[in-house]
Amino acid sequence: MKIAIASGKGGTGKTTVAVNLAAVIQGSCLIDCDVEEPNAALYLNPKIEEINKVELPVPRLKEDGCSYCGLCARLCAFGAISVLPGSAAGKGTLLVFDHLCKSCGVCMGLCPERALKEELRAIGTVETGNSCYGTFARGQLDIGEVAAPALIRVLKQKAIYAPVTIIDAPPGTSCAMINTINGVDLCVLVTEPTPFGLNDLKLAVEAVRKASIPFCVVINRSMGDDEIIEQYCRAEGAEIAAKIPFNMEMARRSSEGGLLCATGTVFRDYFTHLAEKVQKT
Amino acid sequence: MKQIVVISGKGGTGKTVVSGALAALAQDKVMADCDVDAPNLHLLIGAEYLEENLFYGGQKAFIDTEVCVKCGKCLEVCRFGSITAEFRVKQQLCESCGYCLMVCPAGAIGMDKNPAGKWFVSKTAYGTLVHARLEPGEDNSGKLVAIVRKAAKEKAEQEGAKYVIIDGPPGTGCPVMAALSGVDTALVVTEPGLSAIHDMKRVLELTDRFKIGAMAVINKYDISADNSSAIRRFCADKGIDIAGEIPFSAEIYGCVMKGRPAVEARDANGVEQMKKIWNNIKKRLQT
Repeated sequence: MKIAIASGKGGTGKTTVAVNLAAVIQGSCLIDCDVEEPNAALYLNPKIEEINKVELPVPRLKEDGCSYCGLCARLCAFGAISVLPGSAAGKGTLLVFDHLCKSCGVCMGLCPERALKEELRAIGTVETGNSCYGTFARGQLDIGEVAAPALIRVLKQKAIYAPVTIIDAPPGTSCAMINTINGVDLCVLVTEPTPFGLNDLKLAVEAVRKASIPFCVVINRSMGDDEIIEQYCRAEGAEIAAKIPFNMEMARRSSEGGLLCATGTVFRDYFTHLAEKVQKT
Repeated sequence: MKQIVVISGKGGTGKTVVSGALAALAQDKVMADCDVDAPNLHLLIGAEYLEENLFYGGQKAFIDTEVCVKCGKCLEVCRFGSITAEFRVKQQLCESCGYCLMVCPAGAIGMDKNPAGKWFVSKTAYGTLVHARLEPGEDNSGKLVAIVRKAAKEKAEQEGAKYVIIDGPPGTGCPVMAALSGVDTALVVTEPGLSAIHDMKRVLELTDRFKIGAMAVINKYDISADNSSAIRRFCADKGIDIAGEIPFSAEIYGCVMKGRPAVEARDANGVEQMKKIWNNIKKRLQT
């Protein structure tokens, strides 16, 4: 089964929950889909065995054949091509703005002269390997690149899945998060008992419902009184699968790259219980 | 007029808490919440909505099943996996390129206008706030960020404000770049945790690339003395000033819980640091 660990708000503890779950489930797979800021490796210390460049096709002119008719520029929904027609003074110009291109293939596929070809442009990497808990995969988007969803799609294809695969999602609820949770069996939404946590949990719930994915909630940094989240979950019929208390010792361990489940039985129990629960759903 | 953006790379390091404090400390400014995916600043400084505007994202394909001849051409050309074997469009995966519509021989595919969010101009106790909300699952967040920035700048000009203070999104991707481009200085909020440090380094690569000067804030600096020292060393090496260091504080947490700016916390050191941060920003912007 594939379980995505997501949240609307950043910094609620997605990665903490993801890596600790992966660590308590024997022979699991962890995929870090937070490709703008991948952090799971800091905790799992995987041995990376393969690094693949991720490249996106962008259009380029073939040697000749282009009549500079401008059809590609008109059809491109992203304004990624600009064509200046030729004149008596010389031939025309075709410009491609690589960062705007979404690699949809319209320009190349519909060019009446078949004058465009695709060239690959690197946008980041996908790495696969093993940690001592199971298989591991992560993506990393190059700085200055925007095509996180495309990188995530490649990452999800390249990963070596296990009976239980934990997917660490990016924050937010936009396209990168949606591409991450597409096709998973369950979303674990990690929140914190603050007005920010609640506000962003609501957005995340909306997003997973839109995608028709079952979900449960984990309250991280519980301070004892979590009424703010509990009340909402009751009203929405959302299950609270776990509460992880706030604890200075845990905060410290996590900040130093330690796995909480390796700290002691009490901490470990939070994650083994959660692992049992999510695997049952 | 000067623009300041608060970013972090990693989420949850305290961007909004710092932005809320700046909102309370700075005079003559307009606030802009550019975390359009998960906007929170209005929860700290309150917002009386004055204007509401619709934001349209990329149009999404839809298939009229009555007209569809199930030839499979759309499925063949779609590179985003947004058309199912039953010839339905998973609109959340549709990238709005329109290829399917262009190749459909039956004319069974259309594009839906797609209201993807809203943006607002609000009155707060601390001045004007421009903010937005992207519908869950929508793309084009960079475009919406650009709209919020433009509106905030216009408001600032109308009001004769000296500053636009932008609460930025997490990450390094398209909305972050939209929030960052053309600002006068970036404030990078980090924490003494390995993830936050790693992410701060990545986001500083981005500010470098945009040739925008950055200052750092260490939030919850007392959680790990070693990691805070590591941040100070890294910043010293890179020539990045540390604008202030905020302690971990139950009082500040209490302010967030009550939905109040953190400068109201009964934590003299914490509040002192926030003032120091704002003074350092002002100093930076004068030179």
